[in-house]
Parts: sequence; structure tokens; C-alpha cells
Amino acid sequence: MSDRISRQDLAARIAADIPDGSYVNLGIGAPTLVANYLPEDQEIILHTENGMLGMGEAPEPANVDPDLINAGKQAVTAQLGAAFFHHADSFGMMRGGHLDVCVLGAFQVASNGDLANWSTGAPGAIPAIGGAMDLAIGAKSVYVMTDLLTKTGESKLVGRCTYPLTGVGCVTRVYTDHAVIDVVEEGFAVRETFGDNTVHSLRELTGLPLLDHTNGAN
Amino acid sequence: MIDRGVPSVEEAVADVFDGATVLIGGFGRAGQPVELIDALIEQGAGELTVVSNNAGNGDVGLASLLDKGRVRKIICSFPRQSDSWVFDRLYRAGEIELELVPQGNLAERIRAAGAGIGAFYSPTAVGTPLAEGKESREIDGKQYLLEYPIKADYALISALKADRWGNLVYRATARNFGPIMATAATTTVAQVDEIVPLGGLDPEHIVTPGIFVNRVVAVGERRWLRDGEFIGGVDLEGNPIESEQAA
Repeated sequence: MSDRISRQDLAARIAADIPDGSYVNLGIGAPTLVANYLPEDQEIILHTENGMLGMGEAPEPANVDPDLINAGKQAVTAQLGAAFFHHADSFGMMRGGHLDVCVLGAFQVASNGDLANWSTGAPGAIPAIGGAMDLAIGAKSVYVMTDLLTKTGESKLVGRCTYPLTGVGCVTRVYTDHAVIDVVEEGFAVRETFGDNTVHSLRELTGLPLLDHTNGAN
Repeated sequence: MIDRGVPSVEEAVADVFDGATVLIGGFGRAGQPVELIDALIEQGAGELTVVSNNAGNGDVGLASLLDKGRVRKIICSFPRQSDSWVFDRLYRAGEIELELVPQGNLAERIRAAGAGIGAFYSPTAVGTPLAEGKESREIDGKQYLLEYPIKADYALISALKADRWGNLVYRATARNFGPIMATAATTTVAQVDEIVPLGGLDPEHIVTPGIFVNRVVAVGERRWLRDGEFIGGVDLEGNPIESEQAA
């Protein structure tokens, strides 16, 4: 046993929670791994905010199409049934509540569901926001995929975000390498632990009064 | 007779004036009207306000326009990229002004300008640093920020095909900002691979009706297409790759 699961295992764990028939946006970075674990016998439609539903996997190098890219500006393919549309329609799909799930990375998530994932506020850094703020508020379920701890051992789950916010009260659930944690009215609630982790050990790691929902309480 | 075709990219951008606000299409390199931007660089207009999702990639196109010192201000959502060294240098040197706008608000502000909307309330960016100075309002128990349209003097966009009435069709995700930018400028210029005869575009498939387009200019087929069919054999920047499969 260990106290962490791999990024690939975490991506598979998230994929398992996405229902057949969902419209899903996978954020740039680690969340794109989730696409590798979506079951082939299901129809889960990927949205890329630069203007496509039905995004497929990366092409062979000889078939790279500069007109066919994802939000991370990587080459992708279009699945049968795919649709292209302009940016205002694409962000209308988010803002209008049409997407079922989006999966985002995070610097910090607060117990009230606040998300910080676009800037550490470091002086001199060039700011860039892209679609992060639109995505954060733009899906019925907003999942965060992240390590629980920073490289220096600080909890990314916090009582209150100290980094600049991306969205207010927007996070539904946090999938970390230690545990799956819901954001509920009273704060964070541990839904599932990985490896040796317990709700008690997670409380020590985060310094937060986590609720115990591991027995299926909702 | 209506003929929005112009013979050259030089002519297409000849009247862009110093201080103009210019919408430039594209998301990254996809859909960026590179030939029109190159012509604008040659033309020499400066003190421009440019509205575009990104702030240029590498040393070509928009990055080159920035590099030549022609842009006073850029309104965009994502200036910082792995290959945005031109913008990065200008920004750090204080030689360019940046208005950072969330991507969806950027798109909707452009759309609103084209649709004659005076302003609108958006939920995006509520409670964040980008809400600073914006009027907020609660509607049905939810917080919104007041956002104003982005109108422009020119829109430079890229599409796949046009007819002489200015009707446009696009290709894949290179569509991105083209259809909304076309609506939001006094003068919209579209570069296309090919101008086809009237009737050559299926009315059911036209994405941008010609009413929004003032000039179209043909720049030749993109390298990864032949007679309209995708043939591949290029990298993401459109440069030929050496590959057995592509040969």
C-alpha cells in the first residue's frame, strides 16, 4: 500500500465517474489524461472551447491538421458526429449550463468551493487567463484534478484561497492523489480514500476539519 | 453588381489608419490571417489597438506586427504562451498595454458589438481580480458583471472560401473568432484560400453571410489541402514534415 495513486490511475478514477452521454470539457494539462480512460463502449462527447464537440484523439504525425486543434493548441481529430462552431457559441455552451462536466487543474481549492488556478500572483509574472474563468463557472459539475499537496508539502485544499481567484464557490468535487473530496455546504467531505489514507490522516495533512462521507453519506 | 473581391492583400489593408482598432482572428496559429497581417506590417499603420485571443506566436504574423512596434495596446485572453517571446519582451519593457479579458467574455463582447447590444451582464470573473472596477448586479440571486461591447475599425480574419458577395465558409477549428469578428468591425477583410463563383457555396452551409464582409482576397490553398481535400504531411505550424507516410 502507499499513500498516493498515480496521475494515470487518478485520470481513470475520474473517467469512471463520467456518465455515458455526457458533454465534457477537459482542461489543459493533467485533465486531458482523462480522455485516455473513457470507456470505448460509451458515447462521451468532448468539448474543446476553441470550437468543437466530438473531439477525438491525437492524429498520426503525417495527419496533423493545423486547422484542427484543441484548446491547448495541440493537434486532435474530429470524431464521427463532431460539430464545429465559433467562439461565442462555444462559450455560450459553458455559460449557459449546457456542459455536464468540466475537469480542471488547481493551485488551490477552498472549502467553500472557491477555485484558484490561473495565477500565483507572483510579481512580474505575465497574466494569462484564457477560458479558465468561463470554465470554472460553466459546467453542471466542476471537477478538480490535482495533487493534494504542493511540491513543498503544502495542502492545495485550504480554508480560504490566498492566490487570485478563478471562480467563486464553483467546485463540485476534488480528485486528488490521496482521496476524492466533495465540496458540500458545510465544507470539504471525504468521499473516498486511496491507499493508506484515512479521513484522520487527511485532516492532519490538510489541517482542515474534513467531514467523513466515506460510508456513502451525501 | 456586388464584388467584394480585391486583387491583393496589400489593397485589402491599404486604408488601415494609425490608431485604428483591429480585430485579428485566430486561436493560436489556427485561423490567423497571416497574409493580411504581413500586408498590414508592410503598409505601416501604427499605434494600433489589436484584439485577438493570443498575443502572437513565434516571430511571424501577429508576433511580427508587435515586434515592429505597431501595436500600442492588445486586448486578449491568453498572451503568455511558450512561444510568445515577442509579447513577453514588450510587456516587460512597458512598451505595450494589455487588457486581459476572459476568453468567453472576449467572444461575447465582440458578438455584442456586432449585434448592436449596448452592454450585457456576464457571470464570468465574478469575485476575481478581473472584476475590479466593473459594475456588478444580482439577477435572480446570481451575481453578474457588466461587460461592454468591443467594436473595431477593422476585422482581419481568415476563412476557407468566399464568393464575390462575401459569403464565407470556414474549416474546422480555424473558424474560432472569424464569424463574430466579421460582425463587429466597420470594415471586415477576409483572406480565403479561394473565391468561388456565386452559387459555389451551398446557402445551407454559409457560416458568415456576406452582409458582414467588406473585402475578400484569395491567398491560395493552404499547404495541407489539395483541391479541397486534406492531404496532411505538415506540422502544426503548417510546415512540411519529412515522413514516409507523408511522402
